[in-house]
Amino acid sequence: MLGEVNLLGPELVLMTVGGVLLVADLFLRDRRLLMGVAIAALLGSVLYATILLADGKVGGTAFNEILVFDEYALFFQFLLAGGALAAIGASWETLGRIPSRRGEYLALILFSTTGLMLLAGTRDLIGIFVALELTSLSQYVLIGFHKDRLGSEAGLKYLLLGAIASAILLYGMALLIGLSGATNLGAIADFVGGAGPGQFEALIFATVFLIVGFGFKAAIAPFQMWVPDVYQGGPTPIAAYLSVASKAAAFAVLIRVFFEALSDDLLSEHWSTIFAVLATLSMFVGNVIAIQQDNIKRMLAYSSIAQAGTIVIGLAAISADRSELLGASGILFYLAGYTVTNLTAFLVVIAIHNKIGSYAIDDYRGLGRRAPLLALLLAFSLISLTGLPPTAGFFGKLYLFQTAVQSDLAWLAVIGVVNTAIGAAYYLRPIKAMFIDAPAEGAPLPASFRPGAALGVTLALTSAGILVIGLAPSLLIDVAEEAVRTIML
Amino acid sequence: MNGDGFPILSLLVFLPTAGALLIALLPSERVPTHALLGALPGNEAQRARWLALLIALASLGISLGLFIDFDRSAGGAAFQYTDTFTWIKADDVGFTVTYAFGVDGLSLPLVLLTSLLTTVAVLISWRIDLRPKEYFAWLLILETAVLGVFTSLDLLFFFLFWELELIPMFLLISIWGSGDRNYSAMKFVLYTVFGSAFMLVGFLAMGAAASTFDMREIREADLADAFLPVQAIFAFVLIAFAVKLPVVPFHTWLPDAHSDAPTAVSVILAGVLLKMGGYGILRLLFTIMPEVGADASLSLAILAVVSILYGALVTIRQTDLKRLVAYSSVSHMGFVLLGVSALGVTGLSGAAMQLVAHGLITGLLFVMVGLVYDRTHTREIADMRGLVHHMPIIGAVMIFAGLASLGLPALAGFVAEITVFLGAFSRHEVPTALALVGVLLAAGYMLWVLQRSFFGPRDDRWEHLEDAKSWWEYAPMAVLCGAIILLGVYPKLVMELFELGTQPIADGLQLVRAGLSDGSVAALPGLGGGGG
Repeated sequence: MLGEVNLLGPELVLMTVGGVLLVADLFLRDRRLLMGVAIAALLGSVLYATILLADGKVGGTAFNEILVFDEYALFFQFLLAGGALAAIGASWETLGRIPSRRGEYLALILFSTTGLMLLAGTRDLIGIFVALELTSLSQYVLIGFHKDRLGSEAGLKYLLLGAIASAILLYGMALLIGLSGATNLGAIADFVGGAGPGQFEALIFATVFLIVGFGFKAAIAPFQMWVPDVYQGGPTPIAAYLSVASKAAAFAVLIRVFFEALSDDLLSEHWSTIFAVLATLSMFVGNVIAIQQDNIKRMLAYSSIAQAGTIVIGLAAISADRSELLGASGILFYLAGYTVTNLTAFLVVIAIHNKIGSYAIDDYRGLGRRAPLLALLLAFSLISLTGLPPTAGFFGKLYLFQTAVQSDLAWLAVIGVVNTAIGAAYYLRPIKAMFIDAPAEGAPLPASFRPGAALGVTLALTSAGILVIGLAPSLLIDVAEEAVRTIML
Repeated sequence: MNGDGFPILSLLVFLPTAGALLIALLPSERVPTHALLGALPGNEAQRARWLALLIALASLGISLGLFIDFDRSAGGAAFQYTDTFTWIKADDVGFTVTYAFGVDGLSLPLVLLTSLLTTVAVLISWRIDLRPKEYFAWLLILETAVLGVFTSLDLLFFFLFWELELIPMFLLISIWGSGDRNYSAMKFVLYTVFGSAFMLVGFLAMGAAASTFDMREIREADLADAFLPVQAIFAFVLIAFAVKLPVVPFHTWLPDAHSDAPTAVSVILAGVLLKMGGYGILRLLFTIMPEVGADASLSLAILAVVSILYGALVTIRQTDLKRLVAYSSVSHMGFVLLGVSALGVTGLSGAAMQLVAHGLITGLLFVMVGLVYDRTHTREIADMRGLVHHMPIIGAVMIFAGLASLGLPALAGFVAEITVFLGAFSRHEVPTALALVGVLLAAGYMLWVLQRSFFGPRDDRWEHLEDAKSWWEYAPMAVLCGAIILLGVYPKLVMELFELGTQPIADGLQLVRAGLSDGSVAALPGLGGGGG
């Protein structure tokens, strides 16, 4: 029993410190101290996981496989902890706006991260639902944290739509559990393999409901309506966090559920097609609407929908003989690259907003001269989001398109590549504004500026990540391939 | 064979990038004191351009060294100076990118052309004072991208450099350009990205069927069970190259990009970027898929003739000197396609020769147009009259460049065009005859524009104009004129290399055609495109 709890260690560290922060909130206001504690908790969690890894505990399961500690879960624990660290590192100014609720804010980030980690590390439908609710409830509060008009609207919208998505998801799960009489993904897989004619149609229903529920979290069109308002209205570090961590965990659970439980030949043919259609839709919806945005947060919101569409290509990619999950390692690789890239973009947007108080792309004019380093980093991350070399995004796209081609989905690769071209049209816009356009007359720009210390360090780490993944992708590819081997088909 | 010894090609390709970083690190005007680099003499612009010139000359030196050292014997047909290691490997999906550089007879002259024209571009930008550090840094990064395209031996590695070229070009046109530069830069980027989208799909299809992206192995592989028919792969990849070359009707980005780009960027664009399209057709399409190439021969010839004639006719109507040169490029690059469609060694090496000749000649023409514009501040042909009276040297070189462009014998352009015609005539008689009309039209528009702008009575408005007088104006003119004459009187210098490089392509085509006609696979050594 104690051995089983041991495997839960990384999550327990976060929950405990989160609880402490909640209490400390009553009497502690020191930003530096509170942020330090939260960062230490995340680092402690990563350290705990590393010790478990070194200790040979990888591959262990606990509580009837409600918790699995495999390489796959570990990959996401590191990725999610990284996302949370960046969100906290970027929150210095946000914390300044909420003097009395700093501990609460940080605790909610830790709780949400715990939920996301559990999501990647469970092989049980009940475990998935509990983890999803833990993370969602924390996020609803975080989005509305500023209690201003836009923030409250965003929080409420996220809550209501999220609740509907959860209900649909739960309905799908209930169908699946009712049909198979099991909550464990492995047991469900056994049932799906021998499902009779009448049961098969019900399975398709359940599959569709699951796609809707998880698709909402991953921000896949047509379940994406909440994204722009929530990103725009919520605190920007939380928007950054949602765009990378929440999305990563949603794909983690999608891979786990669909490849472990629903990978039956006939059934996977159906959902592979659904995913291919959703990927197409997401890419077009995200990219085409992003072109018209003048607010960089909304632009990044639509861009994240398009990016989600690109990642879904990997879900559609199953080898023609249904024996291999070709797309899974590509998704993991892409997610890691996307995480550092999108975080870099958001962090620069935060740093610029801290100084000029605007998210309008027009106000970015002339930034190339005033804050050359920040402007260069934003340009670099946008180039990576477009998918141009020598960046993480370039190889991520190549890798995913290659998996599509290998799975006889060449048309999907074509659509992906065409969307890369559409993406260039808006990703280049802020670059043009910063480096090419002259600043408007009387623009509210300071002479030159740098980000704060915490933000600066975080930014240095994430942008180094883009370059390292772009120049030496092999390291990450090996890790991703290793991680998906633990997924059982 | 000089295989996998000192990584000279890696040095050549990445030296300009290293130089660009160094230039970016130079202290700017706003930070006058700098521990290490602050001790350098001169101001920001001076330091940036001298450093850029140094780097450009160094890479020109390396290219020349390779050119001299290259093994020209029959055994030299394979890639030389190869530099290879597995860069990225994902076994699960068969995704491998090999870091692979190498040159053969086809690519080496283009490498030399690239480093020569980059040096010219640096010189002709000597007076750039708007953000000079960034300008020269991007120019050098552009050189890395183009050199990478010409020396990559792996499809995905090639694609990486192909895409890398976009960012510097976008910024160079839209920051240092003129007129409607933002529109032109964006148009350039979007055309290229749409082209490369199709190219990438074609590459992925080839790679999936051959389970390798190495160009040397793909040509041996059987692409029949690719998920796309070979004809479709050929067409997809051809779109990207046709946009780049450019072939009518994919050419409309070119005049816009040229007329709004700064002089040096026009030189690079016309001189080497367009060549990437021609090089790609030879290196990838006809080497890897000779059977489709042989089938498409007539269609390509027709496309070529349309480009040549349409380009020439539109050129006549131009009123802007720079746009005129740009449209003449469309016409001249048609000859490349015509040479390729001939399928024999003569046609193929003529096409390659046309790449180099056009690079030098049009490079020189853009240099001259830039020098004229610097003085007159207009590019309207109607405003110019009798310029040769005021600027005898510029006028003389401009006339020389114009004559070279229309194909005067004993100059580089003549050699290229006559070789293309020799190669193409026996295979495509009617298209070649029509293409000859293009040469007549070229003589017409070139002589007419020279007559209107440079000859004629003196014009008082231009009395104040100064002739070329700085060394950085003389040097590019002298070097380019020299190269054009040298290749005109002694074409063997590069022809020999091109014949070495295109022989394997021609052999592949010969094999296919022999197989088509009588089932035998005897590789007949063919001069010209005759028979079949």
